[in-house]
Amino acid sequence: MVAELSRDEVLRAAKADYKYGFHMQEADYTFKSGKGLTPEIVTKISQMKNEPEWMLKFRLRSLDIFNKKPMPTWGNTKMLEDIDFANIHYFVRATDKQGSDWEEVPDSIKQTFDRLGIPEAERKFLAGVTAQYESEVVYHSIREDLEKQGVIFKDMDTALRENEDIVRKYFGTIIPPADNKFAALNSAVWSGGSFVWVPAGVKVEIPLQAYFRINTENMGQFERTLIIAEPGSYVHYIEGCTAPTYSSDSLHSAVVELIAQPGSHIRYTTIQNWSNNVYNLVTKRAVAHEAAKVEWVDGNLGSKLTMKYPAIYLMGPKAHGEVLSIAFAGEGQHQDAGAKMVHFAPDTTSIIVSKSISKDGGRTSYRGLIKVYPEAHNVKSSVRCDALLMDEESRSDTYPTMEIEEKDVTIEHEATVSKVGEDQLFYLMSRGLTQEEATTMIVNGFFEPFTKELPLEYAVELNRLIAMNMEGSVG
Amino acid sequence: MSKTPILVIKDLHVEVEGKEILKGVNLTVNAGEIHALMGRNGSGKSTLSYTLMGHPRYHVTKGEISYKGQDLLSMSTDERSRSGMYLAFQYPVAIPGVSVSNFLRATVKARRGKDVPVKEFRKELKECMAKLGVKDEFLSRYVNDGFSGGEKKRLEILQMALLKPDMALLDETDSGLDIDALRTVAEGINALSTKDNGMLLITHYQRMLDYVTPTFVHVMQSGQIVKSGGSELAHELEAQGYDWVTKEHASTATV
Repeated sequence: MVAELSRDEVLRAAKADYKYGFHMQEADYTFKSGKGLTPEIVTKISQMKNEPEWMLKFRLRSLDIFNKKPMPTWGNTKMLEDIDFANIHYFVRATDKQGSDWEEVPDSIKQTFDRLGIPEAERKFLAGVTAQYESEVVYHSIREDLEKQGVIFKDMDTALRENEDIVRKYFGTIIPPADNKFAALNSAVWSGGSFVWVPAGVKVEIPLQAYFRINTENMGQFERTLIIAEPGSYVHYIEGCTAPTYSSDSLHSAVVELIAQPGSHIRYTTIQNWSNNVYNLVTKRAVAHEAAKVEWVDGNLGSKLTMKYPAIYLMGPKAHGEVLSIAFAGEGQHQDAGAKMVHFAPDTTSIIVSKSISKDGGRTSYRGLIKVYPEAHNVKSSVRCDALLMDEESRSDTYPTMEIEEKDVTIEHEATVSKVGEDQLFYLMSRGLTQEEATTMIVNGFFEPFTKELPLEYAVELNRLIAMNMEGSVG
Repeated sequence: MSKTPILVIKDLHVEVEGKEILKGVNLTVNAGEIHALMGRNGSGKSTLSYTLMGHPRYHVTKGEISYKGQDLLSMSTDERSRSGMYLAFQYPVAIPGVSVSNFLRATVKARRGKDVPVKEFRKELKECMAKLGVKDEFLSRYVNDGFSGGEKKRLEILQMALLKPDMALLDETDSGLDIDALRTVAEGINALSTKDNGMLLITHYQRMLDYVTPTFVHVMQSGQIVKSGGSELAHELEAQGYDWVTKEHASTATV
């Protein structure tokens, strides 16, 4: 009971003003590419980073694929058409130096992250942090004891320089450039992101965190993350994303590849709160080998359009995958999110829990795939989608796809759509809560299965974001 | 000694979805009084309690309600609650994902207008829970989610103990309780009745009144209070049934 109350106490206190919408003055950028995407810009990015030849070739080949690939025909095709690829800065370098001591970070950038509470959070509860500002990582640290155990946690650009062999071995193997148009785009212009390698048997008990910030108008952020958990290891990686509100659109298009070797366990948590003019088109995929476990914990708030379907390929027997996601869509927003579970091996199991809330005409969609290949016996999979509508104008759809090519399987699928009930509101208001407080309580309760999976600091943050998104939503 | 009226209802008419349910209710509850409102199912008892709490589906078409000297009908549901009106629901609703402890703190904060320090709140909560025989594990469960009928009623009384209402409406709090639970809940009600507050117990059985002695008993029928008396009236009803009141009312009613 003690723990319960103190956690509640902290969560309930989390209703301060939103602090991420601020604009910081643009730093004296070292380099800011012109708008538009050409082979010259791609080559320039690669040269500025002193990359090996194979990476430049990979980028140029990806650009070619990007130019040839059609836009996705699913999701919100109308919103996708509005993306003006010629009006985006593909690479912005804010500083020449990367700090490992907070004092080394340039003041203007430091102020941004100070306001976001990054070094403070690190001192309190994180094993390591990277902070990406525009295209590149400006700050990075890892706890000494983890470094001594051989854990590698650094930004992807540095990893390419310092750990080229291992990067080359895995980079783009889980999500090849030709996977989809936005994976191709990322492969052409990627910059920053995290590289994590955990040696066999090492368990990183406290989370590693990355923080992504877009600060420039019409900016494209294309980070690239690769996590490899060697046999029997464990790692929890958390990413948080924000951007200020500008009048024109920005693009965030990441590629995240996870490799869970036999018996390892990777948990990947995202709390995304992009401003409402960011296109968030992200490809996330994991492979789980024998008896490995992968969990995507994915919180989608903000953005104009999110299209994201974290996938887990269950390659070895007894591998287990979970996707737990929430989405919140307000006015003018569309959260098209879901999950994919692909069962290649027998005795593999998967769980998908998707919860979404739409209000003020916002739209959420669940788009999911369960695929079971022949001879993957004794597969168990369960999918649960719950949608909560706050008003008559809002919308929620589910697009579940099942491709089951094996008989010996157990598949469960359950979907519910509900409205915030008059009787629930009346009950809470009869206890003195205002309509807004009552609505927020119902919404927080609806998201609780997700929130309880987060470290306390993130649960606090999420409740604050939800309260902020609920403000003024009831009348 | 002059009486202090808490709740004064005059000629109250209420419609639900276009149908008139209450047809001229008059009732005054003074500080220190417990009133029992009895009657058959469908006679309008619950409509009265929902109307007093301000449920949006219940429309007052005529009449007035004064609560602690204020015009109750101009107040929103949450304002009524914060000024001390309390309804123990006949069918409390579930709020999945919201823990009882979280919920209770939010309601206490709303009622008192300020946050109560965790330590102090926990002590107060523990005492109330001990009196009502509520276990600790209750607090981490979700509000009314998967609760038995008896557990729901206990939570309603626990909230009442924490919110210390000036005017408590208890809608069929005795239904669905076994005899031990009934006794515990009744003891809770007796302990919460003070010289400063008023209570309205809505029930259609007399058995609750074996444990709680009302100052007045009223019988409701077809949307009106047709008979009022002292606590002995409950026993007469128990012995003779509602038909007796119905006949008496029919013979005296002016048509």
